[in-house]
Amino acid sequence: MKKQDENAKLKYYTASQWQLIWWRFRKHRLSIVGMTILGIFIIFALFPEFFAPYSATDRNGESILCPPSKIVFKNAEGGFSLAPQVYGFKRERNRETLKMEYVVDESNIQPLKFFVKGEKYKLFGFLPGSIHLYGVDNGFVHLWGTDTMARDIFSRTIFATRSSLSIGILGLMIAFIIGLLIGGVSGYFGGWVDNFFQRLTEFIRSIPTYPLWMGVAAAMPREWGPKTVYFMMTIILGFIGWTTLARRIRSQIISIREADFIVAAKLCGASDMRIIFKHMIPTFISYVIVDLTISFPNMILSETSLSFLGLGLRPPVTSWGVLLRSAQNLNSIVNSPWMFIPAIFVILAVLSFSFVGDGLRDAADPYSEKS
Amino acid sequence: MEDNILVVKNLSKEFPIYKGLLRKKSATVKAVNDVSFEIKRGETLGLVGESGSGKTTLGRLILRAIEPTAGEVIYNFADETNVDFLKLNKKQLKKTRTKIQMVFQDPYSSLNPRMTVRDIIAETLVANKTMSRSEIDNRVREIADLCKLNLEHLRRFPHAFSGGQRQRIGIARALAVNPEFVVCDESVSALDVSVQAEIINLFKEMQAIKDITYLFIAHDLSIVEHISDRIIVMYLGQIVEEADKRTLFENPMHPYTEALMSAIPEPDPLRKMAPIFLEGEIPNPMNLPTGCYFHPRCHYATEKCKKEMPCLRCFGNHKVACHRAEELHLKQYIKY
Repeated sequence: MKKQDENAKLKYYTASQWQLIWWRFRKHRLSIVGMTILGIFIIFALFPEFFAPYSATDRNGESILCPPSKIVFKNAEGGFSLAPQVYGFKRERNRETLKMEYVVDESNIQPLKFFVKGEKYKLFGFLPGSIHLYGVDNGFVHLWGTDTMARDIFSRTIFATRSSLSIGILGLMIAFIIGLLIGGVSGYFGGWVDNFFQRLTEFIRSIPTYPLWMGVAAAMPREWGPKTVYFMMTIILGFIGWTTLARRIRSQIISIREADFIVAAKLCGASDMRIIFKHMIPTFISYVIVDLTISFPNMILSETSLSFLGLGLRPPVTSWGVLLRSAQNLNSIVNSPWMFIPAIFVILAVLSFSFVGDGLRDAADPYSEKS
Repeated sequence: MEDNILVVKNLSKEFPIYKGLLRKKSATVKAVNDVSFEIKRGETLGLVGESGSGKTTLGRLILRAIEPTAGEVIYNFADETNVDFLKLNKKQLKKTRTKIQMVFQDPYSSLNPRMTVRDIIAETLVANKTMSRSEIDNRVREIADLCKLNLEHLRRFPHAFSGGQRQRIGIARALAVNPEFVVCDESVSALDVSVQAEIINLFKEMQAIKDITYLFIAHDLSIVEHISDRIIVMYLGQIVEEADKRTLFENPMHPYTEALMSAIPEPDPLRKMAPIFLEGEIPNPMNLPTGCYFHPRCHYATEKCKKEMPCLRCFGNHKVACHRAEELHLKQYIKY
């Protein structure tokens, strides 16, 4: 027993900062859940062609605004079976309202198969493949229904994950680089340089963000292609989002600039670069990562809200915002509520990032714990 | 002259004070004011004074951790190189830094919490790029052993250690490059009394083994008395008295030294202390008194003291900055 204690202690003493952070992070249940969800999202974003049964622009003939397919666990005799089956739909005119409606077609039953051969695609643009996670041999399966152009909403949401996450990550990268540069210069040199950059930061922060985004996004020429718009969006998000990060980095640098161990490093003959990269940045990088994680939902939400308002990404690029934009009318609310399912992804992503950020924040300073 | 490892001439440091929105320079603080002294090779020079007397600033000035406003700092190293330290360029400075090192006051803030003990001790060696990795490892092990650090502690991070152990890491870091001169800036004042003794003995052992010269800064005369050969007493950025340890304790010539010595705590409860209480606080360095800086608090002050600033006068090896040095007969330290 005592021996075990000793070992545990030894492990604690020789653990690097990241190990300590991970040990403390692990205790945070919600953060682990959040991290798992994010992991799944990232896998979705990497291989959407595999997870989605159809491509984002594939149209299923006539089935416009088809409701989610009904899945049952039945065998041919009507008993329980582990193999899921999908019912097809018939279109019928409702005799009372005279509307065309989708009715479950009990006679058209298809087994839902996994790892089926379907539409051909190229993974990462060059790896050819045709295996999809699930699908049916005849007809179509729409887990989350179809939209006004008969496209599979589930597939579109999976594909949208890629653009929404990547726009957030790229925007955050840009914000991080600008923040590191401006915050670093501001904190390291102090004096009028610091004064100038701080006033600039305050100026940018004082502008209400949504009108500013809308202004900049509206200034983008309409004739730009969707891809150009996509890159401009990341740049805009980055250029506006760096302020909090810059402040965090500045305050961290100021707080350790005069610390004894930095003076010690100087007296050791370490160069400025070595001091900055070996001695200064490692002491506060964990806080910066926390800030990055916490501001990630903002990035996603900004993209989503801009696209929702019609100012951000435009079709054929699919993002969560673009998907939700097509759902924003009374007709969808009343007749095809499944169009709002992509919102679940947004909510899950934002919540997960917040949970992970929370856990990281608590774990970021492993030395605050009394040992 | 040649046996002096360090000669400091007229060293001064002024810190400007800025005020208001436009950051106008409103005043200057003279932290170190025209200080000159020498340190002999192999000796330990104690530097004492109360908080705010400029001793830490002085210690950092002679290592160029802070750039001085005026003055000269000249090192004569064992290989007979004379170095005008303040005029070195970056490259020369880096090379010279391997010969002069510092041990800090606070064992907590002076060690980088993100580096292992091994990396902390090796930093000077790594930064100077003169040794291979295995050579560095050997040196680190050797010095850690000398500083009574367990070899398996080298893999640990500083948060695993107590104050005394951390200070030994700090000493190992300073001594890893075999420096000739080490500034100890209040290196034991943050520690427990029992640990203090341990660390002081470590300093002494290292001096015996490696032939190091120390500038030992402290506010506690009893520690300085234990370790130093010579002592300098500072008050408000100036040297007020400088003498051999024995001379100073037996025959203090400055009233400030007398007051400092009378305040040394007496470990024997049967012996009575008779501390001399100084009136008031140390004056604001932005607004220095006229004449002798010490006169507002001095029991022996005369009219002359209020008007004229005394200069540092030599009485043999004993230097004092007091107008009444000859006539006063000040109390010696009880122990002598």
